[in-house]
Amino acid sequence: MWGGTKKNDPEGAIHAAIDHGINLIDTAECYGDHTSEKLIGDYLARQKFTPVPGDHADVRAAEKAVADRNQKLLSIGGARTPTSFHRELGKIMWEHCGMARDRKGLEEGLALIPKLRAEFWRDLRVPGSGAELNQSLELAGRVADFLELGELMCLDALERDESCGSHFRTEHQTPDGEAERNDRDYCHVAAWEYKGEGQKPVRNVEPLVYENVELAVRSYK
Amino acid sequence: MKITLKVWRQKDANSEGRFVTYEAPDITEHMSFLEMLDVVNEGLIGKGEEPIAFDHDCREGICGTCGMVINGRPHGPRDRTTACQLHMRSFQDGDVITIEPWRASAFPVIKDLVVDRGAFDRIIAAGGFITAPTGSAPDGNAIPIPKENSDLAMDAAACIGCGACVAACPNASAMLFVGAKVGQLALLPQGQPERRDRVRRMVARMDAEGFGTCTNHGECEAACPKGIRMEFIARMNADFVRSSLWAGRRKSGAGDSAGG
Repeated sequence: MWGGTKKNDPEGAIHAAIDHGINLIDTAECYGDHTSEKLIGDYLARQKFTPVPGDHADVRAAEKAVADRNQKLLSIGGARTPTSFHRELGKIMWEHCGMARDRKGLEEGLALIPKLRAEFWRDLRVPGSGAELNQSLELAGRVADFLELGELMCLDALERDESCGSHFRTEHQTPDGEAERNDRDYCHVAAWEYKGEGQKPVRNVEPLVYENVELAVRSYK
Repeated sequence: MKITLKVWRQKDANSEGRFVTYEAPDITEHMSFLEMLDVVNEGLIGKGEEPIAFDHDCREGICGTCGMVINGRPHGPRDRTTACQLHMRSFQDGDVITIEPWRASAFPVIKDLVVDRGAFDRIIAAGGFITAPTGSAPDGNAIPIPKENSDLAMDAAACIGCGACVAACPNASAMLFVGAKVGQLALLPQGQPERRDRVRRMVARMDAEGFGTCTNHGECEAACPKGIRMEFIARMNADFVRSSLWAGRRKSGAGDSAGG
């Protein structure tokens, strides 16, 4: 949306995103003097969203999925707290998927996370029940998500065989230590598609085509 | 450090609560108060007990999420310090520390130290905003504002909505919170068009939520981690009286640009 984008394009993008089930729009007002907030607000204000009744089949299915997952987390009955898994995963990410990363470290991370995930689902302990406020259960659910997301971050960093911005693959740097981009293979937008539990996600790619500007390298020196 | 905790445990709003004593033998003075509770909770889960529920988010003293009464004082013994920014070096080895939730009927206990502060959200929803988009930052000095007013507005805007003022007040009054929220908008030009409706609506909501009235104890100002002054209660009262007189003479919703 930044720059001279025509108004119709972002509306189409929001529409498509809502159709695909997004539930959050993250905007940054510094790009374009509040333009995105105005466009999004204007678009949303003109829509006629119909309320979804509580007994809708999709609502029932979502409720059941959450209740089943909570029950699964509560019934493992292991010995380790959600926090201990959270910290161990954080250490793996810190060591293997920091701003400076390389193939070897990422592959190690990708070997460690599935092992930690298996231990999580085998040895987790969540006290209490799902009937009242249960902060351990909340954290356990988040850590379960982080285990998926952390693995995806490693996979994405490994797949992207170049350096760019805060993705600094140490094997791709100029002699004076600057990030070395590979525009031949990576001039595109990519989004990972979740394919279900235990399935490898699929990387969807859309090429970036520049008509009026040439690609350049920014120097901070 | 070795600490003994007496913690309020309460299953939910409808259950009876009670103090439970816990020993915390492995605490360092460098831990924040909430990190100390994290350590205690890891130990409780290890023993098969339920951890102590408490609210927290940024742990930097700016979000207003944390809050508990520590040894009888909201946010604990240090002035202008939220519970998350309080460190164990403020206590002595061997201390017995009592921890309770905010106590006010308008803040029902959800569990242990977690209370429902939805009443604050409803007060804000009643008027703590400007309805028209105010646009992006104008050029410097395009809208002249007296230095005194901008400073005062910033003082009021420092309120993080934690609720310590309510917990400290013998009347469980929310007037320091509402005074700060009314005051920050009343002091600036953007807040003028809705100024008088705003104060009436927010005060009405505050009363409907069951908060008490200010009787000038001053406990709120002493407990406020952001140092909001009682002056804002006086400013709100003045605005409220003025708006009540004005309401009889002009149609609700009409603009009014009087400053002051």
